[in-house]
Amino acid sequence: MKQGTGLGVYAVIYLVFLYAPILILPVFALNDSQVVAFPLKGFTTRWFGEMWADANLRSALLRSLVIAFSTATIATILGLFAARASVRYRFPGKPAAMGLIMLPMVLPDIVVAMALLIVLLSLSVPLSMLTIIMGHVLLCMPFAVAILTSAFQSLDRSLEEAALDLGESRAATFRLIILPLVMPGIIASFLICFTISIDEFVLANFLGSGKPVLSVYIFGQFRFPAKVPSMLALGTLLVLFSIILLGIAEYFRRRGVAKAGGKDSGGFL
Amino acid sequence: MAQTPSSEARAGLKLISPPALYAILMLAAPLATVLVYSVLTGERGRVSLPLTLENYYDLVTRPVYSALMFRSLTVSFFVTAATVLLAYPIAYFVSFHVAPSRKALWLFLITIPFWTSYIIRVALWRTILGYDGIFDSVVMGLGITDTQPNILSNGVLSIIITLAHAYAPFAVLPIFVSLEKVDRSLLEAGQDLGESRLMTFLRVTLPLSLPGVVAAVLIVFIPTVGDYVTPELIGGGKTPMIANLMEVAMLKQRDQALGSAIAVAAMTIVALISVFFVLWNKRYLGGRK
Repeated sequence: MKQGTGLGVYAVIYLVFLYAPILILPVFALNDSQVVAFPLKGFTTRWFGEMWADANLRSALLRSLVIAFSTATIATILGLFAARASVRYRFPGKPAAMGLIMLPMVLPDIVVAMALLIVLLSLSVPLSMLTIIMGHVLLCMPFAVAILTSAFQSLDRSLEEAALDLGESRAATFRLIILPLVMPGIIASFLICFTISIDEFVLANFLGSGKPVLSVYIFGQFRFPAKVPSMLALGTLLVLFSIILLGIAEYFRRRGVAKAGGKDSGGFL
Repeated sequence: MAQTPSSEARAGLKLISPPALYAILMLAAPLATVLVYSVLTGERGRVSLPLTLENYYDLVTRPVYSALMFRSLTVSFFVTAATVLLAYPIAYFVSFHVAPSRKALWLFLITIPFWTSYIIRVALWRTILGYDGIFDSVVMGLGITDTQPNILSNGVLSIIITLAHAYAPFAVLPIFVSLEKVDRSLLEAGQDLGESRLMTFLRVTLPLSLPGVVAAVLIVFIPTVGDYVTPELIGGGKTPMIANLMEVAMLKQRDQALGSAIAVAAMTIVALISVFFVLWNKRYLGGRK
């Protein structure tokens, strides 16, 4: 394809632009200098050591993991309800309900954060990890719904009808037939929500108490130039971690599509 | 299946109620509260009656608000233009020139950077663009200039670069989806009838893919107007946008009424622009199934 080659070159340049910052991350995380600039000074792993020795960072990480796990679980369960209802049933008010559920995807984070914050403050709810989870669930639900909707869409409805005809109850049909078939979508949704929650900053910052979660901690550290290299080391690990999680999520998403006999039409969203 | 419409509706409503209730309690109710707060009087972390338009009057009369709103809109405009223009060829390439079995892999590659810590990506841009940073050392090392370009000193430009990079995948996906829906036989028909490749693209492919372009524009434009992190980290707070002003009003001045008014005003302006944009492209949207 002749006219494809020019576009192909452009596509590669585009990918390089997209990945440039991520590729720079490990280079300077392993560079033996506090200043993030070329030329490189030499190889060191001390920034990783310095990062790991930071007790505040470890407790921030622990908080983030707890929040991300809870968020991913709740958002995926709520997403299951919404996706199932949206794919399988017709009911009044469906566009409004789905629109509201998907709204946080386009609403600026700061608006969601501020709106929740003034309600929490007016009800005198103390800010804590719980309030961050409440916000993160709201933010992650649209992504869970998007992934699970495609999982339910590729489901063959005759399988469900066959089980009902053979005398299974509705609950048993859901548990024995539908759930296993959408399981890859559930896992993908869980992992995506987990990743979003770990990375999220705005809600975590405004809805959290004085004890920072990981993203808020990183944000604070970048004000001190001396801390930048160890934050880059942490960033390298976080990026590796996200890529692994996303790889697993993508694997399950594709397996889900293949299992249901559908044709793979693209990535998340 | 032996299901009457009403029992189907009931089953659907029962299923949707947990997530819908959650969204109503955690999103719709708070947004309604913001709307109400915006017409109250705010002071030291509390709001009180009577209803007043004072907050909106402040927004209109004090130049700082319109200046920052204008800056936010300008930044979003350039970010949207850059991401969509750069994304279109990629979406076209993946849709038309990549083998079907490898499309998912390409999309996966394009979306990965989006899922990596935004804070770290923004901070990286700061070290890339800053004085004697990576960009400066590369440009000077190649002998292109003798002095540090120090792009970071231009707050708005740095914010645009960082945001355009961050939202790139968001623009590719909707355009790709609409290009995938373009009926390939229409293109062959165009060329069989003697149109050049370029004319076929301009008269068939481009109009048919416009719904995806419109979606991409909205999905980039709306959240970037309200971006908070990038100005905070990139400009060190020296180049604030409207979201930063919202934060200052809410948390520093503890004037929740004024903060709410800023939020409502900003979202109204964004919504109006979005609606006009959609109407402007209306003839390309809808119609065909």
